[in-house]
Amino acid sequence: MNTVQRIRETLARALSPEQIEVIDESGKHVGHRGHIPGKTTHVRVRVAADAFRGKSRIERHRMVNDLLASEIADGLHALAIEARAPGE
Amino acid sequence: MSALEFIDQQVKSNDVVLFMKGTPQFPQCGFSGQVVQILDYLGVPYKGVNVLDSDELRQGIKTYSNWPTIPQLYVKGEFVGGCDIIREMFQAGELQSSLKEKGITLRAPAQA
Repeated sequence: MNTVQRIRETLARALSPEQIEVIDESGKHVGHRGHIPGKTTHVRVRVAADAFRGKSRIERHRMVNDLLASEIADGLHALAIEARAPGE
Repeated sequence: MSALEFIDQQVKSNDVVLFMKGTPQFPQCGFSGQVVQILDYLGVPYKGVNVLDSDELRQGIKTYSNWPTIPQLYVKGEFVGGCDIIREMFQAGELQSSLKEKGITLRAPAQA
């Protein structure tokens, strides 16, 4: 399983999202110091999940950051997060 | 002074401080650059701290607020968010109102 698939599965299992998109944006950062050729280093996640309802932006991001802590420790350099509750 | 003490001092002694990669004049990361553009656009007076100055600082800022990514914006000692949160707040007009509530006086917006 590649990084994108793994991230999608981790988030899907924990958040039961209504919508989830995991986009590998590593290619946009070629030449940037965090980019390692051939490796997924820059990822954007778009998640709509009921689990976010009533939570602040910081809390939502913390939920995603915490779920993906091992990916971050393992070389995921940039994680852009768009987190909303369904209907927002 | 340890890196965490330095960070704490910066957070507490500046009304608005942005921990970023590069400097406000020369951001070295697109995410840091986006926040700089927003702050400059709004005319927010702020201090930029370049975390690329040292490894201790780059790691320390992640520990300080238990937040794994850079940039990080602090207003009046409080963590506001990273690039995505700042951009969403700006687009919703919430950044402007939150700064005003916290008593931050905006300069005339920069002429880009």
